[in-house]
Amino acid sequence: MSKAIIKIEDLKREFTMGTETVHALRGISFDIKEGEFVTIMGSSGSGKSTMLNILGCLDQPTSGTYQIDGVRVKDLSRNELATIRNEKIGFIFQSYNLLARTSAIENVELPLLYNSKVSSEERRKRAIEALEKVGLGERLHHTQSQLSGGQQQRVAIARSLVNNPVMILADEATGNLDTRTSYEIMSLFQELNKQGITITFVTHEPDIATFSSRTIVLKDGEIMQDYLNNNVQSAANELAKLPKQDH
Amino acid sequence: MRLLNLFKIATKAIVLNKTRTLLTMLGIIIGVASVIAMLAIGEGSKESIRTTISAMGSNMITIKAGADTRGGVRQEASVMESLTLSDYKAIKAQSNLLSYSTPVVEGKGQVINGSNNWPSSIYGVNPEYLSIKVVDLQSGSMFTEAEVQTAAKVAIIGQTVVDNIFPNGQEPVGQMIRFNNIPFKVIGVLEEKGENTFGQDQDDVVFAPYTTVQKRILAIDHLNQIMASAVSEEEAPNAVIELSSILREQHKLTDSEDDDFHVRSMEELISTFSSTSEMLTILLVAVASISLLIGGIGIMNIMYVSVKERTKEIGLRMAVGGKGSDILMQFLIEAILISITGGILGVILGLGATVFIEKFLNWPTSVAMYSIVISFAVCAVTGIFFGWYPARKASALDPITALRYE
Repeated sequence: MSKAIIKIEDLKREFTMGTETVHALRGISFDIKEGEFVTIMGSSGSGKSTMLNILGCLDQPTSGTYQIDGVRVKDLSRNELATIRNEKIGFIFQSYNLLARTSAIENVELPLLYNSKVSSEERRKRAIEALEKVGLGERLHHTQSQLSGGQQQRVAIARSLVNNPVMILADEATGNLDTRTSYEIMSLFQELNKQGITITFVTHEPDIATFSSRTIVLKDGEIMQDYLNNNVQSAANELAKLPKQDH
Repeated sequence: MRLLNLFKIATKAIVLNKTRTLLTMLGIIIGVASVIAMLAIGEGSKESIRTTISAMGSNMITIKAGADTRGGVRQEASVMESLTLSDYKAIKAQSNLLSYSTPVVEGKGQVINGSNNWPSSIYGVNPEYLSIKVVDLQSGSMFTEAEVQTAAKVAIIGQTVVDNIFPNGQEPVGQMIRFNNIPFKVIGVLEEKGENTFGQDQDDVVFAPYTTVQKRILAIDHLNQIMASAVSEEEAPNAVIELSSILREQHKLTDSEDDDFHVRSMEELISTFSSTSEMLTILLVAVASISLLIGGIGIMNIMYVSVKERTKEIGLRMAVGGKGSDILMQFLIEAILISITGGILGVILGLGATVFIEKFLNWPTSVAMYSIVISFAVCAVTGIFFGWYPARKASALDPITALRYE
């Protein structure tokens, strides 16, 4: 039994909109264990984004507990949350969020710039390693505009890996990509997962969930389903099945 | 380490936005350049005022006999006979703060050359007089100390006298003239000085050795005045004190007795000059602060827009672990770098403008080191002051909102 990286117990999040209180999350409990590949699914308004913000330590729950890698997140200050994000979480966004006119390697180095324990030599070394891991070892100095969407997302993945996080948190990471590129990216995620990296993938696309080992479905701020996927599809195989592109 | 990284990030942002950075700097560049050029013009004119005033003899000191009362009637200082040649000799021997000194005797009379005559004043002085009054001769030469000793009948005349007794434009030097029927040989003509501040024609004068004037014209052996110049303008007040004590000793005055002489420096002139230059400086500093203020507002403006424009980037930086303080420092460093770089460029432009003004407009300029230091310091402060608000704004952003910002 591998250890639980994420422990969530009776998590609630309420927003006050004028006089009304919106219950975005109404008491959610689950654990994520090391090495898992979890997709969190749900339609819009299901509380998925709120869940993601809390998992990513960008937001605090109203009540309940959230522990990441043994640290209780509730009641931490803004600065302490930033440190946790820096050291324990790797973010991947739908729109990549790369810095414009900045080379791939500098984009990947970004999280380490905010970690004063990492020297500039080590920073560079780790950034190159991360880019090699996502298959962009040849494109270290390409800027955002010189890379395709898939390549940009690969840079973003490298950026999320560079600080050796306990969990990668992806938010609709394939949302802006075509099917073929989506599968390529999913196959990269599966590969990384095989190497032992824990991945939490928030999406509303059901076919993405078939590549993960576990799926949590949210509806109206509550968990509707939480099941292990016994028949994990290989994204690489799906990719091979797609009709060949004419170049 | 962390600061160094933030410095790198800020530099990167500046380099990536060259045009915008340059435009932002423009306010500061023009501000600093105009401050430096203006202060250079200010300093230059201050210096030229100073030269003009010293040309009037700003360190000049005059000693006159004091007024006295005879039989209940107060007497004019000039009729007093208490100032003597031995006073002059004592001053010359004892004072350390004087560079030049001369006895002065004066009289009025008629200057005659052939059929032309003109009423004028004669001053009996020694050769140092020219240095005290800062005047030169336009032709001929000054009489010598030897001619003073022998009471030679030689004279230097002013332009007004020349115009009136040599109406046909003869060369006066070498000619014989008469003053109150005493013949004098003209050996030099004074440079034209025009009227002084009190409307007195400074060219309507005849100078001769004081010994000659004493013996042959006035038949007196006291002095009307002693004139001197202090070693410097600053030392003038001290020289006044020193001369007073020498003269009190000479005149054997007891502590209870008042001075029977007056020692005066050009204090009024000096204080007028210093208050004028002070006003000038205040004015320039005011103009300087306004232009730098406008430059600073320019920086704030652009930084504010820049924060808005880079909201998403700020969100990302926060998401990957940038703290509020990191974001604050990043933007603050950016603002300071912009203002300091602008300051450096402004100094260069200002110096260039100064050279241009000096060369092509022929205005006197003088670049003061303090103007560079001050405008530079103001630049750095401006960067911090006006960069703070936008930077603060950036650091207070909520990462979730910032990440979603389109």
